[in-house]
Formats: sequence, structure tokens, C-alpha cells
Amino acid sequence: MSFAATLQREVLLAWRRPSEIINPLFFFVMVVALFPLGVSPRPELLATLAPGIIWVAALLAVLLSIDGLFRADHECGALEQLLTAPQSLYVPVLAKLLAHWLLTGLPLVLMTPLLGYMLHLPAAAIAVLFVAVLLGTPTLVAIGAIGAALTVSLRSGGILLSLLVLPLYVPVLVFGAGVVGYAAQGLPVSGILALLGAMMLASLTLAPAAVAAGLRISSGS
Amino acid sequence: MNLPLLNADNLLCERDDRVLFERLSWSAFPGELWQITGPNGAGKTTLMRILAGLHGHFEGSLRWPVAESEGVDPRQQRLMIGHRAGLRAELTALENLRWWLALHQQHLNVVQANQALARLGLAGYETVTVAQLSAGQARRVALTLLWLLDKPVWLLDEPFTALDADGVSLIEQRLRTLADNGALVLYSSHHRVNGEARRIALGAGAGEVL
Repeated sequence: MSFAATLQREVLLAWRRPSEIINPLFFFVMVVALFPLGVSPRPELLATLAPGIIWVAALLAVLLSIDGLFRADHECGALEQLLTAPQSLYVPVLAKLLAHWLLTGLPLVLMTPLLGYMLHLPAAAIAVLFVAVLLGTPTLVAIGAIGAALTVSLRSGGILLSLLVLPLYVPVLVFGAGVVGYAAQGLPVSGILALLGAMMLASLTLAPAAVAAGLRISSGS
Repeated sequence: MNLPLLNADNLLCERDDRVLFERLSWSAFPGELWQITGPNGAGKTTLMRILAGLHGHFEGSLRWPVAESEGVDPRQQRLMIGHRAGLRAELTALENLRWWLALHQQHLNVVQANQALARLGLAGYETVTVAQLSAGQARRVALTLLWLLDKPVWLLDEPFTALDADGVSLIEQRLRTLADNGALVLYSSHHRVNGEARRIALGAGAGEVL
């Protein structure tokens, strides 16, 4: 019950404040679109750089939006309502993570094939890139949420959040960008995609508990 | 023998090396109304947060004997309306209340909620976002919960902030009714002393039960 109610609430909130969805997506597209201008428009060079550019941009876009995950609820006191509610925090937190990914992560995922095409990635690599970003962004959201929970009561938690979370993002970045390179060379990719999937499942099941603990630490209990 | 709902023994709370209150002990029973008073910064909100389980940095013991004897989670019994009420400005009164009630495993009954909002003078504001309400109206939206939930323990931090005189007397009446029906109501307020309520006076690093 609290799962559905939280999901519904998050979607409504995003609907009333569409900038929360548009900002990360705009950032993502702008960063990727500016690279050919800044580096070189040569197709073979762009195709080599594309997996890294797209992954780094997606990672930073997620990090940009994750900082606000609990901030508004903290400032208006809704977080206290959540913390004093007579139930485990796991379920509403999972709903919040899912809603956040649906609203900010999924648009990035849907945009990646287009950006891959723009950077001259071969078609096979674009398909793999799509799957890799689809599997990787939930992990980025789940890990970022732990940092957001721990820094929610700090006035300028943004930099601390990046310091906390970026090292944990590295495996996703390495595997996610690496697998696209493999696909471009015609090497098998299912093993690495399975690993990205496993990271997603592990982070989505474990992160809500860590987020709940982080929120309790931030509130002082 | 009546068990107390809440038993606080020798509470001491420090903040930034300053003792907010010490040797604070009291037992509160069902049907009682308690007012926590004290000047600004005396620790009223901190005490409320301790009672609500949001603040763990204190010494002494805080027990919920009724919940313990019935084997229920004391969080099940309590509802806290904080000093920041927890309403999202982008949502309407009903949307805010729906989520709040869902956290307490209860469905929002729209008819009942509309009646409660009307009683608080918010008829016609049910589907207006909280951002468009005044501070007093937003406070009234949060206090609607007093009519919508059935809890044995109510913790209200500064419930009268931003309310007009009518609102204050309406809420005071409701708190009295809740207590008469067997609930324990604890609220903090620095201005008005309610003659009917037992008092916990905080201030000058001490706490006194009057």
C-alpha cells in the first residue's frame, strides 16, 4: 500500500515540477552533443570515444539529479513523517528509487540509441549500449541514493555526495563502456551484460536498506 | 492497575555541549493532556523528536509500557505532527493526506477527509496545491489528521503556529476530545498556557514537571 502511494506521489510531484525530469536529460544530451564540436567530427574517432562519452554523461546526469532525491522531503518535514511511520522504510524507499529511475533514468536510456547513432557507433554496438545503459542506470540511482540519504541534512552536501558515490560508480562505468567496445569489435558480450544485470539486482535489493539506515543517521536517531 | 503509555526516566539531553534539560522524569497515562512549555531554544522540539524516536542522542530511559505489554511496536501507537508539517507544496491537501495516511496503512476516505477539511474551514481548498495556501491554512491541512487517524499517542510540535484564534480554540477542543476518548496528547507551545493540561516546563538547562 505504501509502495503504490509513494510511487503515485513521486510521479505527481514530477508532473508538477517537470524541470526535475528535463534538466538531467538536457544535460545528458548537451554534453554528448558538444563532444564532436570540441574534439573532432571524424567518424572513426567518435565511434571509439562514444561508449565512454555516453556513459560518463549518463553517470553525471544521474548524479546531478540524485542530490535532490530526499532534499525537498527533508526541508518540508515529510521525511520525518516517513521516519516515524510504523513500518519498515524499505518499501517506500524502494518505491522512491523506482520512481526516480522511471522519471530521470529511463529518458536517458531512451535517448542513448539516438546519441550512439549521432556518434557513428555501429548498429550492433548501439543495441548493446542500449541494453548496458538500461541495466546500468538503476544501479547508479540505487548507489547514488545511499549518498543522498547520508548527506540530506547537510546544507551543501553536493560535493560530499560526489566524493562518496563516484568511486562506487567506477565498476558500472568500466563494464558499461567496456562492453560496448567489445560489441564494436564483434566479441561476445553476454557475460558482461549479465554482470551488469547482477549488479543492478544486487544494488536494488540491498540499497533500500542502506538508504533507510542513512536516512535514520541523518535524522539523528 | 493502569499502565502508563509513556514512561520517561531521568532524561538528559545535551546539544553542542549545552545541557538542554536533565533529570526529567514523568509518566503519562491514557486520557491525559500534556503541554511542553519553555522559551525559544529550550529544547521543546528536541524533546518531541526524542519522544517520536527521531533523535537518539539522549541519556536516561524512555519506555512505552502499554505497547510493551501488548507486544506492539510503539511506533504503531504514535503520530507526530512536526513543526514543519511535512506537506509538499506541489501537492494538494488531499494528495498530501493520502500519502500520509498510506504510511499509516490507511486508505484516504475522500468524503471523510472533505468533511474534516471543511470543519477546519478549508472547504473548497481540497484540490488546491499547498503552495497556494497561507501558512495557517497549510497548518490546518496537517492538523486534519487529528480527525482522520485513530492513534493512542499524539505528539504535536507547536500545533498552534500560524493559526488564528478560532483555529487555536478548535484544535484545543479537538485535543481535549481525543484525550477524553482515551488518547494521550503531548504538545509543545510557547505562548498560551492551557489550564487543563499537565505541564512540562523546559528552560535554563533544566526540565520541570508541574
